[in-house]
Amino acid sequence: MTASEFFHMGGYAFFVWSSYGIATLLLGWMFISPIFKRRQIIKELRMKYRQQERQQQDNPAES
Amino acid sequence: MKLPAILHKFSSPRNFYSMSGKLIPWLAWGFGLTLLAGLYTGFFVAPPDYQQGESYRIMFVHVPAAWMSMFIYVVMATSAAIGLIWRIKTADLMASMSAPIGAAFTFIALVTGSLWGKPMWGTYWVWDARLTSELVLLFLYLGFIALQASIEDPRNAARAGAVLAIVGVVNIPIIHYSVEWWSTLHQGATVSKLDKPSIHITMLIPLLLMAISFKLYYLASVLMRGRGEVLRREQNSRWVKDIVAAETQSGGVK
Amino acid sequence: MIPSTGSAFVALIRRDLMLSYRHRNELLNPLLFFVIVVTLFPLGTSPEKELLQTMAPGVIWVAALLAAMLSLDSLFKADYEDGTLEQLLLSQHSNALLVLAKIFSHWLVTGVPIILLAPLLGLFMFLPAEGIKTLMLTLLLGTPILSLVGAIGMGLTLGLNRGGMLLSLLVLPLYIPVLIFSASAVDASLAGLEIKGQLYFLGALLALSITLAPIAAATALKISIE
Repeated sequence: MTASEFFHMGGYAFFVWSSYGIATLLLGWMFISPIFKRRQIIKELRMKYRQQERQQQDNPAES
Repeated sequence: MKLPAILHKFSSPRNFYSMSGKLIPWLAWGFGLTLLAGLYTGFFVAPPDYQQGESYRIMFVHVPAAWMSMFIYVVMATSAAIGLIWRIKTADLMASMSAPIGAAFTFIALVTGSLWGKPMWGTYWVWDARLTSELVLLFLYLGFIALQASIEDPRNAARAGAVLAIVGVVNIPIIHYSVEWWSTLHQGATVSKLDKPSIHITMLIPLLLMAISFKLYYLASVLMRGRGEVLRREQNSRWVKDIVAAETQSGGVK
Repeated sequence: MIPSTGSAFVALIRRDLMLSYRHRNELLNPLLFFVIVVTLFPLGTSPEKELLQTMAPGVIWVAALLAAMLSLDSLFKADYEDGTLEQLLLSQHSNALLVLAKIFSHWLVTGVPIILLAPLLGLFMFLPAEGIKTLMLTLLLGTPILSLVGAIGMGLTLGLNRGGMLLSLLVLPLYIPVLIFSASAVDASLAGLEIKGQLYFLGALLALSITLAPIAAATALKISIE
């Protein structure tokens, strides 16, 4: 089909492209967000471990 | 019941982390390739439908999404049951990480079904068996997510979720059957065209390709979610501390 | 002398019934809710007989679902709060059977009154006698299912802060088959059609629930108690 036919989808452009658009956005976001989430978790854990180390240094008797 | 020792090896969170790290790129690439193949054949090889014209192409995202919504629920309930019975943390992890993905597919099935319905039946919503069942399935997913979110202790959250998921999976066939039966009682002029007529091979191939690509998407996605979450859940163990240190040293988090 | 499970079962039912009797005012609330909700429909739509008659089976059954769900609060809460529940689950008797005993007594004081109120509400919604008869039959089969399945939800949400709202989200989707087949049975009886199929299906759901729900509920309770 031609490029114009592709975009117009026989008059159903709104329905077809909204469907694919919503699916792409939602699935895309759900694919990408775990990547950032993991980095964030690692950052948070790094800070948490440092805090725990400091606490241990301050109180060498406890561990 | 005791599991064979080999499964114990795979079920350790630490092995999960390293194995999933290796699997994800393959799954992601597989997803991308089958997605392109499916979309290409769906739009450029499959001809327009003689009744619905081009609007039927929504089917290539609606139907696989609906299939995934049900497939993921079963996988979720199964892993939750495994986690509950054999106390395997990785199984618990897979169950809770699958839920949002399953809910997303259910939502997509509903929205695309609605958008397909407007050109087909002239209305955005219709209480046909398929859409109504999908809506109830969405409630089941949201209930599972809400229940797990409201329990603080992760172990109890996993166990409670497992009970709910198992009850849900037993009920799904009952609910589907009830809704379908109800829908035949009140059948108006709108015969559900979403229940496929005999399908042409040029339309079947893109459909199957999209179905495969969504499955690969799910696998890649659930493993990616699991990798992050497992670090959080196992944060007190040595291997997590080592990984956090390693990632920090390699110049920023990868 | 260790009591047998059978006598423990009966003893638990008697205890629960006695406690319910002592707090019998509390039992009224879900029932009043049942009546009020049905009353809202004519007020919100129209008092016209034909319209109400068409809506009657569904409206009364939805109201029954909601009332049953509200009544779940009295199922395990009191025992949970004073520690009795924990003791019950620690006993040597089968947890599922003890839970079944509690559900049974709960149904006696919440489900049975709903069945008995049905003729009144049928009157409000202009349901003819044939319909009322079927309505009561479906409620007889259905309300135990509501108590049984509701018990699972209650077991899961027992210790949670805003458990009530979560309970509805969990339990109402599971109630849908009961609603569909009961309402359709009443509709069919009004049209003079067969209702055996629907009743058999409800019976099957009841049998399934009686056997499986107590196990699920007991498991859920054990998780919530920790």
